[in-house]
Amino acid sequence: MGSKGTERADEAETTGHEWDGIRELNKPLPKWWLYTFYACVVWAVGYWAVYPAWPLVSSYTKGWLGYSQRETVAGELDQAKADKAAFRQQIAASDLDAVKADPELLNFALAGGEAAFGDNCAPCHGRGAQGAFGYPNLRDDSWLWGGSLEAIHQTITHGIRADDPDTHASQMPAFGRMGLLDATQVNDVTEFVMSLSGRAGDNEAAERGAKIFADNCSPCHGKDGKGNQAVGAPDLTDQLWLYGGDKPTIAETIINARNGVMPAWAGRLDPETIKELAIYVHSLGGGQ
Amino acid sequence: MLMTEAPEHVERAADRHQGPVEAAPGIVRSDTPAVAGVNRSLYAERVKIYPKEAHGRFRTAKWLVMAVTLGIYYLVPWLRWDRGLYLPDQAVLIDLPSRRFYFFFIEIWPQEFYYVTGLLVLAALALFLVTSLAGRVWCGYTCPQTVWTDLMIAVERFWQGDRNARLRLDKTPRSFETLWRKAVTHLTWLAIAIATGGAWVFYFADAPTLAHQLVTFEAPTAAYLFLGIFTATTYVLGGLAREQVCTYMCPWPRIQGAMFDRDSLLISYRLWRGEPRGPHKSGQSWEGRGDCIDCRQCVAVCPAGIDIRDGPQLECIQCALCIDACDEIMDKIGRPRGLVAYDTVRNLDAAGTHTVPINLLRPRVILYAAAMALVGVVMLIALLLRPDLDVNVLHDRNPIYVKLSDGGLRNGYTIKLLNKLYQPRSFSIGVTGLPAASLSVVGHDRESNPVVTVPPDQLESLRLYVTLDQSAVAALPDPATEFSFVVTDLADQSAVEHRATFQGPAR
Repeated sequence: MGSKGTERADEAETTGHEWDGIRELNKPLPKWWLYTFYACVVWAVGYWAVYPAWPLVSSYTKGWLGYSQRETVAGELDQAKADKAAFRQQIAASDLDAVKADPELLNFALAGGEAAFGDNCAPCHGRGAQGAFGYPNLRDDSWLWGGSLEAIHQTITHGIRADDPDTHASQMPAFGRMGLLDATQVNDVTEFVMSLSGRAGDNEAAERGAKIFADNCSPCHGKDGKGNQAVGAPDLTDQLWLYGGDKPTIAETIINARNGVMPAWAGRLDPETIKELAIYVHSLGGGQ
Repeated sequence: MLMTEAPEHVERAADRHQGPVEAAPGIVRSDTPAVAGVNRSLYAERVKIYPKEAHGRFRTAKWLVMAVTLGIYYLVPWLRWDRGLYLPDQAVLIDLPSRRFYFFFIEIWPQEFYYVTGLLVLAALALFLVTSLAGRVWCGYTCPQTVWTDLMIAVERFWQGDRNARLRLDKTPRSFETLWRKAVTHLTWLAIAIATGGAWVFYFADAPTLAHQLVTFEAPTAAYLFLGIFTATTYVLGGLAREQVCTYMCPWPRIQGAMFDRDSLLISYRLWRGEPRGPHKSGQSWEGRGDCIDCRQCVAVCPAGIDIRDGPQLECIQCALCIDACDEIMDKIGRPRGLVAYDTVRNLDAAGTHTVPINLLRPRVILYAAAMALVGVVMLIALLLRPDLDVNVLHDRNPIYVKLSDGGLRNGYTIKLLNKLYQPRSFSIGVTGLPAASLSVVGHDRESNPVVTVPPDQLESLRLYVTLDQSAVAALPDPATEFSFVVTDLADQSAVEHRATFQGPAR
């Protein structure tokens, strides 16, 4: 006590440790700091008792509070479900156009639809619904089975060539493989199909192909090749090709046929989610 | 006060120094030991400090600063500011649920937090500036830790008396008097702490409503939680920990050394004037000795418990109370004031042979002031130019564009309209620089220029598609084309343009 002047090394207390003339000053920690450390130790022991802590052979110590993060998450999910229930009931009770007309319901449906799309649809159609080879782009204005809100809802619910009594069912014959058309005929009709979208090459072949098209293809694709959404026959006159629009690919399609499938989502997803999905897909820019 | 030192102290002082117990005629020598520099065990008990009350210019200034700062802190949440029908009328409000910060006529959205960044930069520069001018002015006068500690000490003094009375009370820790005086001291501290925590939460909600909720136990849990936290910190840090916060917890004392220079005004003991120190007898000449009579009043008043005569120290918060204490003594013994004073190292080194004028216009001072002016001007301009409508446009990244059946193209955008006025506004959205484009907004019927109504002080996020048919695409010189969205306020026809890009496949 009462030391005067600034503490200098030669008069300050040291711990008694000395190495090569370098001495360690004794700079004590405040006592309360030490007590804080002890308090933390006690706190930690209390934690063992109150919370799950020690692994056992096939289980673990549960703690007095019986706290479980899994149960907390489950509870939070239940709570989220309960919070959404009011909206979902409204969606269940309203028809699609009514949901679309109500801004609040529409927002809810778009958000729910986006999430459901990411979980269920994105693996084939892509995260941005941009499609891929054989999987239609849902943002464009070309629809195999119809792009109205009702038609989209119908397609999602019952699927395409799926295990569902109301599914979209149609079958394109494999004209080449089944021997319905020979190689020359396939070539001719391919030339004609190319000409439908303004890409005429061999005009003579195309003229021959027109006859073959009228006999074999027009029942589904229409006399002018504009397609038919009732049977899922694509428009052959536009610029969009699900499997590719170059000549070898079109020929391959005629020879082997294309019959894409999509599962029926009724039963996999609840009706409200399917409604949300339909509204979301319809909002992506291509809805009609 | 000077005459009432406890006799046993006087005796101890007399034993140790074997000199007169009076520092000068009528002035008793204080026996207050300096706490800093005391040798301690590895884990040291805190040496309790009993700061004596000081009287003088700086003490008065500190009372004033305390009144102003605490007044601002406790009262500002109760100021009202009319913002119209839809918005809170509290002048200063941090509205976390709605993500808004209101400060009188200024309102800040979360994305405008750079204003707060600017304020923090200004505050840091101001701290550097005053520190290089006059040392730890912030620590000594305005730091919340100092202000509340000062208040808590004043409360302690009110209930338990000044230094000597408190020392006496602690000698009989179990006496009834000690117990009741300490009890009311702690109760008053707690009341102040609760008021402090209470004032804090009022900044985050409508103060009158929350005050009513708090007393009727209907307030949100978070309000009670933060009230509790700030009550605890005020009581513990201001009432109990005091100078230990500055010595052990605060990083600023370690940094401050970089801000001082030889021209900074620091509270200093004028060694050249004071030494050799020693008791002074009545009638004794002042020739050949220093003005310091070693009365240790500067130590007695120090809230950090140090001896300023030991030179600049980390523990010193430069509260200037030692100046007041010393000046009072100098007046009594008829010596000039200013044995302890704000002084520069340069002037101290001159040791009274000549006066080194205070040099305010040093490069670092000019630099700090210039930086402050720059930041201030930038912030002011940004504030004055703050638009009342912000438009943000985000182009879809997946897919970047969509090919249509006729060979046309469609691009999707998310467009956000930030209405910063206090009333609902309707905007029509159009494009310019993209001939023959058609627009559609999700949730709106197809129309050439969709009209959107944005609620007051709110953001509206829209999904918007821009479509070009084949001939329009063919007419584009480049499929990646810059154009602008035009958002027109239907009320006054003022328009905001926002640039965007229309994307297509490379040709």
